[in-house]
Amino acid sequence: METTTEKPKLRRSDNGLFADKYMLDISQLTKIYPTPKGDYVVLDDLDLKVKHEEFISIIGHSGCGKSTLLTMIAGLNPISRGTIVVNNQTIKGPGPDRGVIFQSPSLLPWMSAYDNVMLGVKQVFAHGTKKDRDDIVKYYLSKVGLEDAMHKKAKELSQGMQQRVGIARAFALKPKVLLLDEPFGMLDSLTRGELQDVLIEVWNQEKITAIMITHDVDESIFLADRVIMMTSGPRARVGDILEIDFERPRLRKDVLDHPDYYKYREHLINFLEH
Amino acid sequence: MKDKSIHILNFVGLGFFEPAIRLAAGEEVKKNLIALFRKVLLPVLSVGLFLLLWHSGAMVLYTIEKDARIEKALTERGQEAADLERACIESNGKDCKISTLPTPSQVWSAYQSLLADHSIISGKKAAFLEKVSATNEKRIADGLDPITYTGRPSFVDQIWTSLKTVFAGFLLALFIAVPIGIMLGLSDTLRSSVNWLIQIFKPVSPVVWLLLVTMIVVTVSKGSDGDSAFTISFISVGLCSMWATLVNTTMGVSSVDKDYINVAKVLNLSMSQKVFKIILPSSFPLIFTGLRITLSVAWMVLIAIELLAQSPGLGSFVWEEFQNGSSESNSKIIVAMFVIGIIGFLLDRIMLTIQKFVTFTEETV
Repeated sequence: METTTEKPKLRRSDNGLFADKYMLDISQLTKIYPTPKGDYVVLDDLDLKVKHEEFISIIGHSGCGKSTLLTMIAGLNPISRGTIVVNNQTIKGPGPDRGVIFQSPSLLPWMSAYDNVMLGVKQVFAHGTKKDRDDIVKYYLSKVGLEDAMHKKAKELSQGMQQRVGIARAFALKPKVLLLDEPFGMLDSLTRGELQDVLIEVWNQEKITAIMITHDVDESIFLADRVIMMTSGPRARVGDILEIDFERPRLRKDVLDHPDYYKYREHLINFLEH
Repeated sequence: MKDKSIHILNFVGLGFFEPAIRLAAGEEVKKNLIALFRKVLLPVLSVGLFLLLWHSGAMVLYTIEKDARIEKALTERGQEAADLERACIESNGKDCKISTLPTPSQVWSAYQSLLADHSIISGKKAAFLEKVSATNEKRIADGLDPITYTGRPSFVDQIWTSLKTVFAGFLLALFIAVPIGIMLGLSDTLRSSVNWLIQIFKPVSPVVWLLLVTMIVVTVSKGSDGDSAFTISFISVGLCSMWATLVNTTMGVSSVDKDYINVAKVLNLSMSQKVFKIILPSSFPLIFTGLRITLSVAWMVLIAIELLAQSPGLGSFVWEEFQNGSSESNSKIIVAMFVIGIIGFLLDRIMLTIQKFVTFTEETV
C-alpha cells in the first residue's frame, strides 16, 4: 500500500479532496478510567494514521487496551482526550460510517439472517428502493456463503455461520471504516481459517479501510498490510509497526510459502515476548 | 404421527404421556415401561394415597364430632336423648347432619349434584329465552333493553363469570404494567424516582386494593346504573396482580444484552426502532414470565375479592355455601376448591404454551 497516491481515491471519498489522504486519523488519544485509587490510564497519547483501502491489524497482550481503542473508534466508548477523525470528520458517537464486527456475532437471535442484515441496510439505504435493498442483502449473504441459509433464524445457525452473517452485515452497510474486534476469537481453528478466507475474499472486492484487533500472529500477517504492535498497559501506546509486503489478492498457501513469512512472524513474536 | 403428537404434548406441558405413546408404538418396551411407571403410575398412586388419607382424616373428624354430640345430649338431656341422637346421626337424618370435613365420595356426589343443578338451570334459561324471544325482538325494535334471565346462576355459570372477571383484570394489568414497565426500564431517572411507589404498593393486600377501588368506583359511577360490582372486582384484580409484570418488564427492558444495544447504536437506530426491533423482543421472555405470575396471582386474589365485593363468581359461590350451611355445603366448597385449583393450573399451562410460541430461546434446534 505504498503506492497510495497513484490510485483513484476520489471515487471513495465524499468531499473529493486529495487532502484526505488518511481515512482514519487518531491523534493524542487518551483513555482514563477513574478508580477510587486514582486515575487508571489505559491509553496514553496514542497516534495512528490509516490510509485509504489499508488493512491494519492491532496486536498486543490482553488488557493492553486494544479493545478500548476499537470501541472508541466505533464511538461506543467516550474519549478522555485527543481526537479521532474518520474521512475528515471528527467522530461524535457511533454511526453506520464505521461498521463493526463484534467478537460475539451479536446477531438478534429472534430474526433471520436476512432480517439481521436488512435491519442495517434499511437504515443506511433508506432512500433506495425495496428491490435495491433486497439485492444488497442477498448479494452479501451469498458472498459469505449463506445463500441457502439466509432465512434461517440466527439462533439456529452455528457460531461460524453467525459470524459470516456478522461479516455480511458489516460490509452491506458500505462503511468508510471497518472495525473488527477479535472477530474470530470465539471460533475453533478450522472455522477460523475458513472465515479468514471469507473475510479476505469479500474485502478484496470492497477494499474498505479495516482495523482488526487480534491475538493471533498468523492471522494478522495473513490479513493485514501493516501490523501495529501495542505495548502492554497501563499507558499503552504504539510500540512498533510492521509492514507486510505480500501481493494482494493473497492466498493462504502463497503466504505460508513466502520466504519473508517467518521473518515477519519472528519479528512479531519477539515483540510480544519482550 | 407419533413424533408429532409427542412434540405437541411436550409443547403444551403434558410430556408425561410420552412413554404411553411410545409404548403403544411398540418402541423400546422395557425403557418405556419404566418411564411409564415413573411418570404415570407413581403419580396415580400418590393420588390414591392422598384420597385415602383424606378419607380416613374425614372419618376421624366425623367420629369426634359424632361422639361430642352424643356426649352433649347425654349430659344435657339424659340417656334417652343420647340414644335418639345416635340413631338420628347413623340414619343420616336431616336435622342432625354432621358438618365437618366431607369425605371424597361426598365431594364427588356434590360435584354431580352441581352438574345436575346446572343442567336444570340451563334448561330453565333456554325455556325462558324462548318464551321471551318474541317480546325481546319487539323491545329491541322499540329501542328498549331486552329482558334477561335473572334466576339463580348455576355453578358452571359462576365459573364463567369468574373467568370473565379474571380475564378483564389480567388485560387491565397487561395494559397498565407493560407500557409503564417499558418506560421505567428505559429511563434510570424515571425508575429511581418512582421506585418507592412500586416498593410500597407491591405488598399491599388484595383486600385493601378492593376497598380503595370501591371508594373510587362508587364515586365515579354515581348516576350510572352499570354493573359496579364487576367493575370493582376486575379493577382490584388487575391492580393486585400487575406488579409482577411491572417489575419483570422493567427488569427485562433495563437488562437487554449490551451487544444488542451496541448493534442498535452502530446502526443509528431510532428510538422506536430500538424499542420495537431490539428491546421488546429480547425482553419478551421476562415479560412473559411476569405475565404468567400475574395471571396466577389474579386467579388467586379473584376468589377473595369476589367474596368481599359481593360480585358473582366462584368466590361468592364459596361464601354463600359457607353461610348457607346446608347438608351439602361443605362438599360443594371442596368441589369449588378443586375447580379453582384445576382452572388455575390450566391457565398457567395456556400461558406457558403461548410463551413458547412467541418468545425465542437461546437453545439451538
